[in-house]
Amino acid sequence: MTASATASMSLEELQRTMGAAVMQPLTVNEEMQPSDTTGRWHGREMAEVAGEFIAPNSRLTAFERLEIYNRQYWFRLQSAFHEDFPALRSVVGAGPFESLMNAYLAAHPSRSFTLRNLGSKLLGWLAENRQYAGRRQPLALDVVRVEWACIEAFDNAEYPPLSVEEVAAVGATSRLALQPHVRLLALAYPADDLVLDMHQHEKRQSSEAGTRPDVIDAIEEEPYQPLRLRKRATWLAIHRAEFSLYYKRLTEPEYRTLNAIRGGLTLPEALEAGFAGSRLTVQAQLSLVRQWFANWAELGWICRSE
Amino acid sequence: MAANRFNAFQNHGVGIGLRIPHYDHIFAHQPAVDWFEIISENYMIDGGRPLHMLDRIMERYKVVQHGVSMYFGSAQAPDREHLRRLKNLVQRTKTPWLSDHLCWGSIDGTYSHDLLPLPYTWEAVEKTAARIREVQDFVETPVAVENVSSYAEFVSSEMTEWEFLNEVAERADCGILLDVNNIYVSSVNHDFAPMDYVNAIPAERVAQIHIAGHTRYEKYILDTHDHPVIDPVWQLYARAIERCGPTPTLLEWDDRIPSFEEVWAEARKAEKYLIPAESAIPAYPVEEEKLLAGAAR
Repeated sequence: MTASATASMSLEELQRTMGAAVMQPLTVNEEMQPSDTTGRWHGREMAEVAGEFIAPNSRLTAFERLEIYNRQYWFRLQSAFHEDFPALRSVVGAGPFESLMNAYLAAHPSRSFTLRNLGSKLLGWLAENRQYAGRRQPLALDVVRVEWACIEAFDNAEYPPLSVEEVAAVGATSRLALQPHVRLLALAYPADDLVLDMHQHEKRQSSEAGTRPDVIDAIEEEPYQPLRLRKRATWLAIHRAEFSLYYKRLTEPEYRTLNAIRGGLTLPEALEAGFAGSRLTVQAQLSLVRQWFANWAELGWICRSE
Repeated sequence: MAANRFNAFQNHGVGIGLRIPHYDHIFAHQPAVDWFEIISENYMIDGGRPLHMLDRIMERYKVVQHGVSMYFGSAQAPDREHLRRLKNLVQRTKTPWLSDHLCWGSIDGTYSHDLLPLPYTWEAVEKTAARIREVQDFVETPVAVENVSSYAEFVSSEMTEWEFLNEVAERADCGILLDVNNIYVSSVNHDFAPMDYVNAIPAERVAQIHIAGHTRYEKYILDTHDHPVIDPVWQLYARAIERCGPTPTLLEWDDRIPSFEEVWAEARKAEKYLIPAESAIPAYPVEEEKLLAGAAR
């Protein structure tokens, strides 16, 4: 396409062209690719492509001007991704994390007006692309589950909670609901231990940096060494209380019951799902259910179904 | 002129951007800030701490919404979910006006999260103005459009940036959020006289002014909002106030954020220009004064 042809492009086509150039992955030196790698321009030199729609000035070529936006795009997304998944970085290592991040962002660029949702497809993508986490993939997946659940628990909705009495008054065929900020996880590893340990490490570092500014540089060079975890089936809820995040370990029946309530089952159906295969006596089950609901009501987890 | 229909006839004075590192100071000391600007997208959520903090701020302070991803210049239709959430937030904050940028940033549902420049063409004028009108009608609140810093120009442009801004504002019948730092940054990057830009703006449409710092590199300037305001930008600000009268003014400081006191002290430098401009406003508009003088005779 010539410059004059590009000059006559519609606004939409111009934006599609510039968008493709801006979102094209950077080189390993964090520069704009010298040649098209997307196939959109059939491998042509990007200097030529840029010159078709960007005007140079006395100091910068069209390529260099476009490159400013190309770099800004990637730096902004990378910064948001780093902020959202620090524990994943500690598990896979700094170098592999960069590769993982760039591959993920290329496969799943932001489809939302907010960067909050940038990592929403990471779990599914990482499950299908195990080469980025290698033998640590199962742990990496659990860590992603925990870190993404934290993002959701932080600002998901909270509806008026039901008291124990209100729950008890609900008929057998009625459905309850779980607060959207309560995120339920079934993990192969106790990955919450690792994430909490990492946050405590960060807290210690920032408090030491606050009291001893002379050691800031040394501290920054000390990466977090993740806890070595053994596989252990773990059921977890990450939730919000008084605007802060909390982790609460669950038993498997408790997790299954909550999950069934979230899935829209009636209370008897949810309890049946929760205790499926259980050897507990009915009496023991009833006692547990009373404890659970008292606890869930105290935490404000149960609300009315829409 | 400064309090006009584009800022709901409000003269807010000097404000700063509401930023998380300053929350503790604000709640502990309740400083006498005239108003805070919030980034709309940070609060277009369903619940949690950010909304709780916003509600606490609104108990004591005036708040104005500023968006970063409405992308008035995007060629395709706006995201309905974005509009719905924006309107919900407007109803919560009762912002007297809201602003976003004269730029584009998304295509085919993919977001750049950047303020990408527009070609200054008649097609872009028409499409951008139509979108601003659509947003303004939907949220039922005056909209002000902000000029952005840019690092590239298009071969297809048919007019200057200020001609483009004026055409868009006129056709959309919207306000202007005049960012004098962005004018300075773009003037260096694109070799134009920044005062020409300030002098060409329709003063009666200026709803708000932004001031900020930036970072100078060897061949261009980046709009980083991480430094104090430099003298040439204050000169543009002085001229803008001279033309527009006392206008709600906001200091942006978004990166390497210093203490609250430092940010607020930098913002208050604007009072040097605002306070004399306020005292220069007659108690009654000039025409009304003439009538009153006639009645007294």
